[in-house]
Amino acid sequence: MSAVPLLKVKDVSKFYGSRIGCRSVSFVLYPGEVLAVVGESGSGKTTLLSCLSTRLMPSSGIIEYHMRDGQYRDLAHMGEAERRFLMRTDWGFVHQNPADGLRMTVSAGANVGERLMAVGDRHYGNIRASASDWLRRVEIGEDRIDDQPRTFSGGMRQRLQIARNLVTSPRLVFMDEPTGGLDVSVQARLLDLVRGLVHDLGLAAVIVTHDLAVARLLSHRMMVMKDGTVIEQGLTDRVLDDPREPYTQLLVSSILQV
Amino acid sequence: MATPLVVSEVAKSFTMHLRDGVRLPVVANVSFSVKAGECVVLGGPSGVGKSSILKMLYGNYGVDEGQILMEHDGRLVNLADAEPRTVLEVRRTTLGYVSQFLRVVPRVSALDIVAEPLQARGVVAQEARERAAQLLAKLNLPKELWPLPPATFSGGEQQRVNIARGFITDHRILLLDEPTASLDAKNRAVVVEMIAEKKAQGTALVGIFHDEEVRDAVADRIIDVSEFSPRRHAA
Repeated sequence: MSAVPLLKVKDVSKFYGSRIGCRSVSFVLYPGEVLAVVGESGSGKTTLLSCLSTRLMPSSGIIEYHMRDGQYRDLAHMGEAERRFLMRTDWGFVHQNPADGLRMTVSAGANVGERLMAVGDRHYGNIRASASDWLRRVEIGEDRIDDQPRTFSGGMRQRLQIARNLVTSPRLVFMDEPTGGLDVSVQARLLDLVRGLVHDLGLAAVIVTHDLAVARLLSHRMMVMKDGTVIEQGLTDRVLDDPREPYTQLLVSSILQV
Repeated sequence: MATPLVVSEVAKSFTMHLRDGVRLPVVANVSFSVKAGECVVLGGPSGVGKSSILKMLYGNYGVDEGQILMEHDGRLVNLADAEPRTVLEVRRTTLGYVSQFLRVVPRVSALDIVAEPLQARGVVAQEARERAAQLLAKLNLPKELWPLPPATFSGGEQQRVNIARGFITDHRILLLDEPTASLDAKNRAVVVEMIAEKKAQGTALVGIFHDEEVRDAVADRIIDVSEFSPRRHAA
């Protein structure tokens, strides 16, 4: 277990005018750690994710990332080009709606290969070989490599989006409701896949979800958000089995048993 | 360390915010220690807090007061106030747990569920699976079930998967929450034998066993948990 955090978040707030998006959020994330951010719609979890992934600029606070050269860099003071390079190589972002993270009118193989070209890979044969290897890992048949994702089912699109994100061996992946629009049997397959990949690749991940079962299955640690603030955090099974805060108790007791 | 686990003055209560903040004291002043090679059984009637103590020892329940000290990786860790990542590290290498019910993961086979704790410690997949197969065979789980996810298994079959998963590593401390509750006599005997092997290897065990026969066979010492009733100390 590495002793150095990958991401250091200190007192991050985001205001939309006078409305609070998220307020004074602090945490550190270590390599290989999976953090779930849970809470109902409007609790600020997606705002937080957007701030962390530089899609939104926080109103205040510091987010530092441990670069591959061993230095910590403040994301707010990074140039646009550098941030984009980080997004394309060392980070991944899995959107709830795969159409937001894929190019729907180019082939599945090209969707995966594009990220490789962005990091300088130019050999067509190598790119195609890694693309087909990744399609296999996310359980998409090799015969679909030349098909466009708009001909894919929702579950396949989501798996393709994951392959596209992981092909450059990122160290940190952000996921926004990755199983959101999928039916349960497709969810189960995706969860198992994500769980396996995170484990095998030693990825760190921040997963935003309102589904506590997803948090339980995928995460090591959990943060519960309400009205823009983190009201409870800790080991995932501790938060779920022994919730302390009134709102967390309400969330946990609202899960339907099957 | 000859005493891998020391519990000192631990107290726990639940505050039920959805029930007007009513506070339910569970246990207070829990103090005991477990030596290497010893099996301590938590006894007492249902509802007295046995499972809660076990869950605090595993870091699954928060601790209001007191310390839970374990030797981990050459240093002393207080699990009662340890960071989440420390708790996870302790669970990976020092502290094992056999829960009452198996939490099944969709699509993961029984064999892989059992092998996982070994793989998490860096044992190669093939070797971990072989070890898992030996344990499942020992626990008489039919071989046809090994490649299947245990969601559809019977209670006793799931429990045997759970036991194999808990026993596969050489954790120095092992917590057992009624591991024999839904087993037949033949498999209960296998578990008793496995516990004896753990003791011989110097593992410190803490368990809850409602079955008297099993309890008498494995216990070196029985702690009456009603001793830790908060009402006793309130007076």
